[in-house]
Amino acid sequence: MRDKIYGQLGDRVFTAGLVLLGLAVMLIAGLMAWELGAGGWEAFRSFGFWGFVRGSAWNAVAEQFGAWPFLLGTLITSAAALALAFLPALAAAIAVAEYAPRWLAEAVAYLIDLLAALPSVVYGLWGIFVLVPLVRDHLEQPLFLWSAEHAPALMGVLGPPTGIGMLSAVLVLALMIVPYASSLARDAIRLVPRAQREAMYALGATRWEVVRRVVLPYARGGIFAGVILALARAIGETMAVTMLIGNSGQLPYSVFGPAATMASVIANEFAEAEGGLQLSSLLAVGFLLMLLSLAVNLVADFILRRMSVGEGRK
Amino acid sequence: MKRFLPLALALLAAAALAKGVTLSGAGATFPYPLYAKYFSVYHKLTGVRVNYQSIGSGGGIRQLFSGTVHFGASDAPLADAKLAEFERKFGTAVVHVPTALGAVVPIYNLPGVREPVRFSGPVLADIFLGKIRKWNDPALAALNPGVKLPPLPITVVRRSDGSGTTYIWTEYLAKVSPEWKEKVGAGKSVAWPTGLGGKGNEGVAGLVRQTPGAIGYAELVYAVQNKIAYGAVQNRAGRFVRADLASLRAAAELDDFPADARVSLTDTPAAEGYPIASFTWILVYRDLDKNRAVKSAAEAKALAELLDWIVHDGQHYNEALHYAALPEVAVHATEANLKALRYRGEPLLGE
Repeated sequence: MRDKIYGQLGDRVFTAGLVLLGLAVMLIAGLMAWELGAGGWEAFRSFGFWGFVRGSAWNAVAEQFGAWPFLLGTLITSAAALALAFLPALAAAIAVAEYAPRWLAEAVAYLIDLLAALPSVVYGLWGIFVLVPLVRDHLEQPLFLWSAEHAPALMGVLGPPTGIGMLSAVLVLALMIVPYASSLARDAIRLVPRAQREAMYALGATRWEVVRRVVLPYARGGIFAGVILALARAIGETMAVTMLIGNSGQLPYSVFGPAATMASVIANEFAEAEGGLQLSSLLAVGFLLMLLSLAVNLVADFILRRMSVGEGRK
Repeated sequence: MKRFLPLALALLAAAALAKGVTLSGAGATFPYPLYAKYFSVYHKLTGVRVNYQSIGSGGGIRQLFSGTVHFGASDAPLADAKLAEFERKFGTAVVHVPTALGAVVPIYNLPGVREPVRFSGPVLADIFLGKIRKWNDPALAALNPGVKLPPLPITVVRRSDGSGTTYIWTEYLAKVSPEWKEKVGAGKSVAWPTGLGGKGNEGVAGLVRQTPGAIGYAELVYAVQNKIAYGAVQNRAGRFVRADLASLRAAAELDDFPADARVSLTDTPAAEGYPIASFTWILVYRDLDKNRAVKSAAEAKALAELLDWIVHDGQHYNEALHYAALPEVAVHATEANLKALRYRGEPLLGE
């Protein structure tokens, strides 16, 4: 009787089910890429692939479209947000996993995870009503006035101090991705074998030395995976960025001034695109966004393979 | 009681069969509150159900072209090229049925200024081109004698999403400023020379409220309901008009109203008219059998009757919801267009 239940038929059905589900995921991803590529075909044909990627005009009236301002906006905002978020996220992870007493560690970990669960529109609203006035009055305007007096050359780089723009978008984005980087790093740090740490302590190492010499090198694969997840999240984030970035594809960008990202331009223009070249260009931007995410994941996978230690490396 | 139950059920079933027509439409978000009112009243009157998805004018037009809805709705009339494409593709025309009038108003955030600020078309164009950068610019001061305009820098705020509101606004600016026409043009989304983009009326209004010295534009209904300061605009006759229902209706009283009702009301010649006004339209196939969504003559007839009701009795609901009702000329032109609606060659509305 046991053989019948665990025997060949059940196994086969189970295997077939798993393979089918796995294939379905691949099929869906492939179909999405195909749909975006096919929809964007007209834009790629009209402007040429590199012409579209490098084109900096986006004008629905003159039917001229290029994705460069949005590509640049996506790259800058997500890279800057990651740079801002990385150290705090890592510090929080180390504090929770290594230093904090249990009750505090649990509370902090819970709150960090809660940050990930907040809908991005809430971040956007918070940004508009709390962060923007704060940044405008206490950071942008003083800096702008200072540069007007002492370093007029800097004014162009800073841009108009209205509070809505690249800086606010990056700050909110950084806050949004902290939990992703932090929770994966925390789990990776907790997975560092006890024996490794104890060996180090036995050699007379301080707590800091253990973290630096044992925990971080051992956990770097997991930490890096968190970084990549955070970056992917930043690249695709739409709502909060759209609400805060000012949505202007006019190059050159400035630190305080408005900008636009690939996700934000799609969210903004898709509903009212009547078809034709504009719709095709929006789908083409979607296709490029997918390519960008794919590239990030491939690079990440490559690096991850090289840097993982312990169980991962055989 | 038990005896009546089957009878009641049978009656209900019969009623459901007789009134089983369900129409579907998609398009503009601007008239959505009004359409929701129309359709709920019409359902009570006739039993005809209407599902309306307010997905934006562009989406409505896409759905109309793909034959998935009975009617589309748009804040901008179809361009000539788009109409020609439609006629080539389906062998029939698109009928534009105006349903209501809306206005776009300049909204601003000027701390300390109580009286409504006056603008003129060319000054608005120069502000949105980034040429006028301060509120105390001589051009603005000349329009506002006696008003103490602060020396604040002007922050331009505009829609970041494609929208009918932007179409009306830019179409007006293109009419009154040759430079705007040449550099930017008119469209639902344009390449703005300057300013911040907010998503939706609420996005623009939010940015304007947050930024002292900001100027933006929004639909009149939105500005009124949310108590946002909005200015008066000088019309072609030289008067400064603050948008309200009367000045909207006046804007549409044209002597030469075109037969197809595709008419731009911006920069109206009417002396009392507000210059940044527009109709909003429902779009249908003239030969309804060419629309794949229309499955039967009964559906086609129900649609034609619905449209006829909207331009006549339905108009009573407009003003309570801050939309202006259609002027007489528009109703007349539309009556003729509705009589031309056909299903397999048969006209749908009697004399």
